Parts: sequence; structure tokens; C-alpha cells
Amino acid sequence: MNALALYGRYVATSLRAQAQYPAATLMLTAGHFAATAIEILGVFALFDRFGPVGGWSFGEAAVFYALVNIMFSIADLLSRGFEAFGTDFVRTGAFDRVLLRPRAAALQLAGYEVRLSRLGRLLQASVVLILASSLVPITWDAAAVATAVWAVAGGVALFAGILVLQATLAFWTIDSLEIMNVLTYGGVQAAQYPLNVYAAWFRRVLTFGLPLACVAYYPVLAILKRPDPLGAPDWFLPLAPIAGFAFLALSFVAWRAGMARYASTGS
Amino acid sequence: MQAASLHWARPYLAAFRARFQLMLQYRAAALAGFATQCWWGAIRILVFAAFYGVNAAAAPISLADAVTYVWLGQALLALQPWVADPEIGQAVRTGGVGYDRLRPLDAYGYWYARTLGWMLARALPRAALMLLAAGIVLPLVGLGDWALRPPSGVMAALLFVPAFVLMTALGAAVLMLANIVVAASLNERGVNAVLTPLVIVFSGSLLPLDFYPDALRPFLHVQPFAGLVDIPFRIYFANLKGGAALQGLALQAAWTLVLIGLGRLAMERMMRRLEMQGG
Repeated sequence: MNALALYGRYVATSLRAQAQYPAATLMLTAGHFAATAIEILGVFALFDRFGPVGGWSFGEAAVFYALVNIMFSIADLLSRGFEAFGTDFVRTGAFDRVLLRPRAAALQLAGYEVRLSRLGRLLQASVVLILASSLVPITWDAAAVATAVWAVAGGVALFAGILVLQATLAFWTIDSLEIMNVLTYGGVQAAQYPLNVYAAWFRRVLTFGLPLACVAYYPVLAILKRPDPLGAPDWFLPLAPIAGFAFLALSFVAWRAGMARYASTGS
Repeated sequence: MQAASLHWARPYLAAFRARFQLMLQYRAAALAGFATQCWWGAIRILVFAAFYGVNAAAAPISLADAVTYVWLGQALLALQPWVADPEIGQAVRTGGVGYDRLRPLDAYGYWYARTLGWMLARALPRAALMLLAAGIVLPLVGLGDWALRPPSGVMAALLFVPAFVLMTALGAAVLMLANIVVAASLNERGVNAVLTPLVIVFSGSLLPLDFYPDALRPFLHVQPFAGLVDIPFRIYFANLKGGAALQGLALQAAWTLVLIGLGRLAMERMMRRLEMQGG
């Protein structure tokens, strides 16, 4: 069985397990929808009170919000095994079993528990995107759609990269650290506003440190057909999401290094 | 004489102390939570600063007060009743709740004391760290504009003491209602899914309540969750003072009593129907 078919099998098993409890799965999804949707309420209230900021109206800001949340929700759906890696695999010693199987450990972790409830965030972000499209004139031509899909792919890669890094840390710390939430949930929080509203030092962090701006801010500028108020050249805007893939590649380099020094907890 | 009069409270104090000391053991969790909250607060403040930069006149409170509001909120985050006490759900599922029924104690009071201990033990170490970081370190490194300020005057400080006590008592009363639903339904996920967003929005955790559209104010200012964040914090920086502050305290106290009353009723009904799980 090739890797892709095996991954499909993992996903199917996970979905079938959740289908055993349809009511619980639906409720969890609804709960996740509500819990993540309140953020847009906050964004709306601020724009409603203060008016446009940094040259952006609420509708335009909602496009940033929607795309970032879509990216994160898909990454979250696909990388649960990495997020829970420290707690569920390293500390318990279950990772030994993963290593014994003649398949890449990363593949097995990616297929571990695809949680349907995470679709709640995807759903609310999609609703916000539709809402935003009706508030601001976005022409969804082929170029805009392609840019959006490409940006989402880059964003999924970036967030998956963060989760792989979180898992990698567990080789040293033996447990999953809540502190990586700073990068995942905190990253979503930061990237759901347009970059140019932030202070200069924070813009640099979000561009060169954790390249969230490259997967969210720049491509959305291209979708809205707006020049960058900060002066990035137009040709750069749709190219930027490639930074997400670079980040994921680097994360896997770190993951390899962690694997090489893995010692079982022996339980 | 005094010892005798306090005699009835001893088991509740013991329950509180045991839970408090147990939760204090999780130092790594507290440190990780603290770092997360620093970052969270910083993002909130950066966003506020952006909006104040374009149109400060539209804001109901000054930027300095908004910054203080954010840091106070991060410091006292663990006091917010976001999720039901996880031990209650466990006790009901394993049947451990049977032991609680055998204790010659008021069941509501016993759970309330334990929940209070759980909340405070998670909150106080983080609050101390946050006060140190946002209140002392930030001004020392020259970021005084972005720091947590001390209460605005002696009066505000004095009024904040009862406001803090009441916000804690109110938070525990809300959690008790959640705990009771958990005990009745054997599962905390559904309750938490409803409770968390409600509390975050209506307590003023997401945004100070006055930032929402003006038309909603009459409702937002009287609903029970306002006493969890919005009222005590506004007392802290004297946005509510004099009669308004006393009104705020009265609202906190009234809702605390109402929710405790409701909780007691619900608990009595729930306990009568409770079926023991497992052994």
C-alpha cells in the first residue's frame, strides 16, 4: 500500500470512529463554531466604533480574518498527531510502536485522529468569507481564486510547520508544551488583522520570524487588488506564500534532528 | 468562643486548602500559561493601539485604561468560569461522587469550596507573575505607556477589594451551575462549548463592554457576566466611581446570590435523581 492510500485509510478509520457518535460530533462542531466565531464579533465591534483603520474597512479586514482561520483549521485538522505528540506518544512510550512500523513516522502522526469538530472553525471562516465578499467588491476571477487557494496551501504548510516544531520540542521536553499555542492560536490572532495596523517591530516578527504575513497579508492584497501600503512590490504579493512551504521544510529538518536523538521513555 | 463559632466552616476550609495546595504543584503549567498570556495581552494591546491611533475620540475609555484592562484581564484569566471543574465530571463518571454524598456536609458548599480552591490556585501564581511583568518590569524597561497601572487612587483601590472578592464568588457560582449540568449529563464538553463563548463575550474578556454598539449598553450592563470582568476592572481604574461603583458592587452581589440560590435548587434536584456510575 502506498503512502497516500495508507493515509486515506487512516482518515477513513478516524472518520468512521467519530460517525459512531453523530450527535456528539455535531455538538462538538457547533461548539467549536461558536467558540471561534466570537473573535469576528470583536473585530466587528472595533471597526463599528472606530471606523476604518490603516486604510481598511471591516469587510476587507474580514477577508484577512477568514483566510487565516481557514488555513489554521485545515492545518489543525491534518496535524493533530503532531500537536498531541508529546502527551500521547513520547511520554507514554507509544512512539516506539510507531517507529516499529515500516512506514514514515510523520505519515502515521498526520493520520492520527482527524477531528471533525475542527470543521467548526472552517465553517465559520467560510461564512465570514462569503459575508466579506458581499461587503467589499472582490472580483473572484481565476487569478483571485488561484491566489486564494495558493495562499491557503502556504498557510496550511506554515501552521503545520509550527505543529511539527511543537512535536519536535517534545523530543527534549517529553511533554507537549502549551507555550507553542503562542505561535498557533496567537499567530491566528495576530494575522487576522491587516499587517500595516501593527507597530514596525511586530510587522518584522510576522514577516521574517514567523512568516504569517507572507501567507495572509501579501496574497490578500493581491486578491483585493490593492498595492501594499508598506511598499512591497506588486509582483511579490502572490509569490509570498512560498515562505510557508519553506517554513515547513525547515521544521522537518528540525524533526529529523529530534528523531535522531529520540530515546524511549521505556514505559 | 471564636473557634466554636467557626467550627462549622472547618470542613469547607479543609476542602478549599487541599485543592489549592494540589493545584499549586503544577508550576510548569503556570509558567507556560503565563508566557501565553503575555503574548496574548501584547497582541490585544497592539490592536487597541492601532484603533486608538486613528480615532481615539470614539473610545469610551483612554488607551492607558484599555492597556490596564487588558493586563488585568490576562492576570486574572484563570478566575474566569470558562470550563466546568474537571474533577466533578470525573467524580460523577467514576462513581466517586458517592463519597461526596456520604459526607455530613452541605453538598453545594463542599463543591463550591473545592471549585473556589481550584480557581484561585490557578489564578494567583499567574496573577503575581503578570503583575510583576506588566506592572513593574515594563515601566522599568521604558515601556511605561504599555504597562499595567496601579489603581486610580486610594478610593478605587479600596473599592476594588470587594469587587475582586465578588468577581471570584460570582465566577465560582457560575461554575457551580456548569458543574451541576455536568453531573446531570455526565459530560463536560457540551456545557463548556456553550459556557466559554458566552463568558468571553459577555464578561468583557473579549472587549470592554462599552466597546460594543451603544444600543446594547442597557442590556450589557445588567447581565450577570458583567460582574466577572467589566465592573471590577472599571472600578480599578475609577471609570466607575462613587455611586456608580456601589451600584456595580450591588449588581455583582445580587447576581452572586441569585446564581448561588439557583445552583442550590438545581443541585438538590440533580442529587435526588443522580444514579451512581461504576463502583
